[in-house]
Amino acid sequence: MPLRRKKTDWQSFGFTAATGLMTASIVAMVFIILGNLAWNGAAQMSLHFVFGGTKEGMFDAAKAGVFPMIFGTVALVVLMTIGVLPVGVITAIYLSEYARSTSAVTRVIRGAINNLAGVPSIVFGLFGLGFFVQFLGGGIDKVFCGGQLTYGKPALVWAAATMAVLTLPVVIVATEEALRAVPKGLREGSMALGATKLETILKIVLPQALPGVITGAILAVGRGAGEVAPIMFTGAAYYLAHLPGHLSDQFMNLGYHVFVLSTQSPDIERTKPILFGTVLVLLVLTFLLNAAGVIVRSRIRARARQTHG
Amino acid sequence: MLRASSFAAGFALALAKPMDNPNGKPIVEISGLNFWYWPKQALFDINLAIQPNRTTAFIGPSGCGKSTLLRCLNRMNDLNDEQRIEGAIVMHGMNIRAPEVDVIELRKRVGMVFQKSNPFPKSIFENIAYGLRVQGRNKKSVLEERVESSLRRAALWEEVKDRLNESALSLSGGQQQRLCIARTIAVEPDVVLMDEPCSALDPTATAKIEELIQDLKRYYTIIIVTHNMQQATRCSDFTAFFYLGRVVEFDTTTKIFTNPANKQTEDYITGRFG
Repeated sequence: MPLRRKKTDWQSFGFTAATGLMTASIVAMVFIILGNLAWNGAAQMSLHFVFGGTKEGMFDAAKAGVFPMIFGTVALVVLMTIGVLPVGVITAIYLSEYARSTSAVTRVIRGAINNLAGVPSIVFGLFGLGFFVQFLGGGIDKVFCGGQLTYGKPALVWAAATMAVLTLPVVIVATEEALRAVPKGLREGSMALGATKLETILKIVLPQALPGVITGAILAVGRGAGEVAPIMFTGAAYYLAHLPGHLSDQFMNLGYHVFVLSTQSPDIERTKPILFGTVLVLLVLTFLLNAAGVIVRSRIRARARQTHG
Repeated sequence: MLRASSFAAGFALALAKPMDNPNGKPIVEISGLNFWYWPKQALFDINLAIQPNRTTAFIGPSGCGKSTLLRCLNRMNDLNDEQRIEGAIVMHGMNIRAPEVDVIELRKRVGMVFQKSNPFPKSIFENIAYGLRVQGRNKKSVLEERVESSLRRAALWEEVKDRLNESALSLSGGQQQRLCIARTIAVEPDVVLMDEPCSALDPTATAKIEELIQDLKRYYTIIIVTHNMQQATRCSDFTAFFYLGRVVEFDTTTKIFTNPANKQTEDYITGRFG
């Protein structure tokens, strides 16, 4: 019997074409956005713009600089990371290693974390103002600063704390996933040699999960560098003459600066180049911060592969 | 404190055990053991006496409870939430199930080699040193000496002596399993439990491990779970045949494989089921 001639499979052709087209359109969108930013932002780039301040004119494209905002953004992100990593990692260790996954308490904790991720960021801003600035900061002033207003006002440290709370779910989820991915056999092997649970976690499980923890940190940094709403009430300033030198100082921030430029400028047309420039700087900065994280992670992975200890 | 030290003293006494006394005092005595993965009962009234410096094989079809029993002997099942256990497992005059027994101490005395080799993602050296380090023994000379002697006993030294600082994951499957054996004996246990140690290995690597088991029983008491009946005949002195959570027959390996008393045992070893 002769074999039947192959028929064209229109269905699978159509499906391939449709999915491919969708993907291509997303790639196109990314390129249009980035291209537009790069094109318009590049015109504003100069050493003066990146390393200069706002003293000579905030809304004048020829004179304005964004260095205080770069400084503020980096300081915010670094402080936030210092705050969020220990809390997030320890919580993830509890959830993945100690809590019984079936218990009601664990379910409630997990639900709380998921809800935390869904809360609008402006709510975090209000929470930060109420809890960190007024309650914590005010309390510190009363107890330690003799009632003098020091921490009881918007400050870098409170903005970082608020941002840490905002990014907590990201770190917890990423770390928990990384912990779960560590094979059960490794834990059992360690326990069977007489290691305690804590030793097993610290010496075997956590080192294995470290790249996942860094992934969480990278995601948190990406989020933290771009968010504006949480820091509006908790530490970001419209204009400052000096760089922040203390945790209780306010700071300027790239994202907030974009908001300021687009809403407060007396002449929007003249501010436009600064706006594009600021956004481009923010984008590049976020990229650099992420790249730093990725490099750290790949180093850890490489070391894990050809370990010397 | 007193209890813990008497336990340790019991172990110390046991170290002076006779080397050639197959019918002497058993090193592990299991009596009336019932075990549940709640609510399902997995082991029914197990009674076994394990002889020191001999290899005892647990054989039987999948799900018959042999691995479960093995994991009772170093209380690895403690890691499981939904377990329940009754009966006694006596080592050196002490029921290892007693609440005052230090599980950490027990696991140092009863080592375990797993079905799937599980070297830590560390160097070969650090894999062997791990068990000593968690005991707080970090002196370099001690570690070096013990790493070498353990690797020699596990017949791996010649293959890895020039690459101790390389990752253990760079070893072949068979080498990894011998590394896990070396890691286990580095803490000088009395008993070594092996849970189907060759099931993921090729025949050559398997032969090496079996040879190793023959050597190791000079120093340790070995209990091996295996699906492979030839393996049981090749490397064990005693064999327990498990079926549906019970020990159907327990005798010398020769007797079990040449003249079993029980019909079920005979059917299983001749390949009629299982």
